[in-house]
Amino acid sequence: MPSPTRVIHKRIYEVAPRDLERAGTVSTAVRRELLALGMTPDIVRRASIICFEGEMNMVLYSKGGRIILLVRDDRVELLFSDRGPGIADIDLASQPGYSTAPDWARELGFGAGFGINNMEQNSDLFKIRSRVGEGTVVRATILLGVPFL
Amino acid sequence: MKLADLAKLLDAQFVTGADQAEREVSRAFAADLLSDVLAMVQEEGVLLITGMITPQVVRVAEVMNMGAVLFVRGKLPPQATVEYATGATIPLLATQQDMYETCGILYRAGLLPAKRKGFPLGNAFPHAGHP
Repeated sequence: MPSPTRVIHKRIYEVAPRDLERAGTVSTAVRRELLALGMTPDIVRRASIICFEGEMNMVLYSKGGRIILLVRDDRVELLFSDRGPGIADIDLASQPGYSTAPDWARELGFGAGFGINNMEQNSDLFKIRSRVGEGTVVRATILLGVPFL
Repeated sequence: MKLADLAKLLDAQFVTGADQAEREVSRAFAADLLSDVLAMVQEEGVLLITGMITPQVVRVAEVMNMGAVLFVRGKLPPQATVEYATGATIPLLATQQDMYETCGILYRAGLLPAKRKGFPLGNAFPHAGHP
C-alpha cells in the first residue's frame, strides 16, 4: 500500500432519509467546494455525478447517513456511509437496469437502476461494502492528473 | 443556439434567467428520467428538455453544468425551485408545446443532440426481475 497522501480539504455532510426537498443539496455543495479549490471541470463534473447518485441512493433507500468529501494531494475521495438496511447482493444491485425502486421514486425520475454503475463509471477506484441489517459504505476515488478514459 | 432564439421558435417564456437570453446552448438532451440524464449526458452547456418539475431537476442541471432547462407541456416548477435556479444562475424556460414538438422544432432549427455515453443497457435486455 502506498503511504496516504496529505488531506487538503475535508467536509462532512449529513443525509436525511426521504428528504426530497433537500435531496441533491450535498452534491451541489460538493461541486461548489471543488470549484472553489480550483479543480478542473472534468474532475468537478465526475465528482458531482458520483455524489449525486450516491446521495439520491441514500435519500431514497437508506435510513440516512453521511457523505465525506476528502481532497488529497493526488485524489478526490467521496465516502458514503449509511445506517442500513444494507444490500444483500451487490453484484446484482450494480447491474445497469436492476432496480428495487418503489413507484414514488420512479415518479421523481429516479430508480432506473443506473446509480451504482454510474458512480463506478465516473470513478478511478470504486469500492462498495454492505452488510444486511447494518449498512452500506462506498468509497469512490478520482485520481488527479490521471487521464480518464 | 441562443436562448432568445430558442424561446422565439417555441413561443417559450423565461421563468427565470431572462437576463441570460444571449447565452448559447451547445446541444440538447430530452428526458423525464433524471437517472438517464446523469448516466448519459457527456458534455457541458447542454439544454435539458423535460417535463419533470421537481427540485432535483435544477440540481441535476447544476451538478452537470447544463446551459438551461426547458420545461415542456406547460409545466411550471414550484416557486422554491425557481428561486434556487435563479441563485444558481441556471435559466429556466417553459413552453406549451409537448416534448415531441419541442424536440422536432429545435432539431429542425439545427440544435443537435448532446454527445452521450453508450446507453447503460447497450443492446442487452434489462435484468429479468425488472418490471
